[in-house]
Amino acid sequence: MEVKLPFLAEGVESCTVSFWHVSEGDHVEEGDDLVEMQTSKAAFNVPSPCAGTVARILAAEGEEVRVGDVLCIIEE
Amino acid sequence: MTRECRVFYLGRCGYREAYRLQKRLVRRRIGGEIPDTLLLLQHHPVITIGRRGNGGNILAGAEVLEREGIRVHRADRGGDVTYHGPGQVVGYPVLDLNLHGKDVHRVINLYEEVIIRLLARYGLEGSRLSGHPGVWAGNEKICAIGIGVSNWVTYHGFALNVNTNLQHFSYIIPCGISGRGVTSMSRLLGREVDESKVAGDLAEVFGLVFRLEMKSHTLGEQLI
Repeated sequence: MEVKLPFLAEGVESCTVSFWHVSEGDHVEEGDDLVEMQTSKAAFNVPSPCAGTVARILAAEGEEVRVGDVLCIIEE
Repeated sequence: MTRECRVFYLGRCGYREAYRLQKRLVRRRIGGEIPDTLLLLQHHPVITIGRRGNGGNILAGAEVLEREGIRVHRADRGGDVTYHGPGQVVGYPVLDLNLHGKDVHRVINLYEEVIIRLLARYGLEGSRLSGHPGVWAGNEKICAIGIGVSNWVTYHGFALNVNTNLQHFSYIIPCGISGRGVTSMSRLLGREVDESKVAGDLAEVFGLVFRLEMKSHTLGEQLI
């Protein structure tokens, strides 16, 4: 399953990958924090939508991503 | 109908301990087991560095920090360096943003609103600075704000300088922004300010801004 950057705040179209809580190959449960995103004002953790294994991380720490971009792929 | 928000006055506690407590509350809030909750407390002196933080923003050497009883803690967040210590009233709201507008910047704006209204009760004028979360009195920061959100539930929060030892801020470059100072309510008013009264007022104003009915608890089994 693709994990995309959700809508975070009015007027915020992109934000920066702060750090990954997980690495490729890690097992995660539904709701586990995957990655912390940093907007100009706030830190936002993107949770895993399902239980599974982190198959691929597609956005590196420090990279700017837009709402709707794929951050990682979880294999259920 | 007004929703309930529990308020806990925790007194003085360690940063790590308070962080663990928040994470537990966040999990339970996500699960719908508890209502919105506001923790009000003070920290033992501590400098926290985020994962992207730069140790170079700590200006004091290890001996100075040890002499002053200030610990350094690497926090599980992005961002840079912050200081917390006695005389600073810290608020950690654990709120389900599904019920408060799903917008992480809106909630920061509301925290700022709480602090600005609180300061007005003491005859002080607080203001916002575009692009920098927090509340300022003139050119100086009086309240730091930083939030984290997991599954749309908040943690971290605000730290208002009431009677804070401002000397301790000279040991860091707060949040990596240099060239702007910090201040406290007591410095602006020229007197000591009753911290427990400020905490009580904060809870009240918080309820008004977020339209929540605040229910006070002392530390007890209801907390977890």
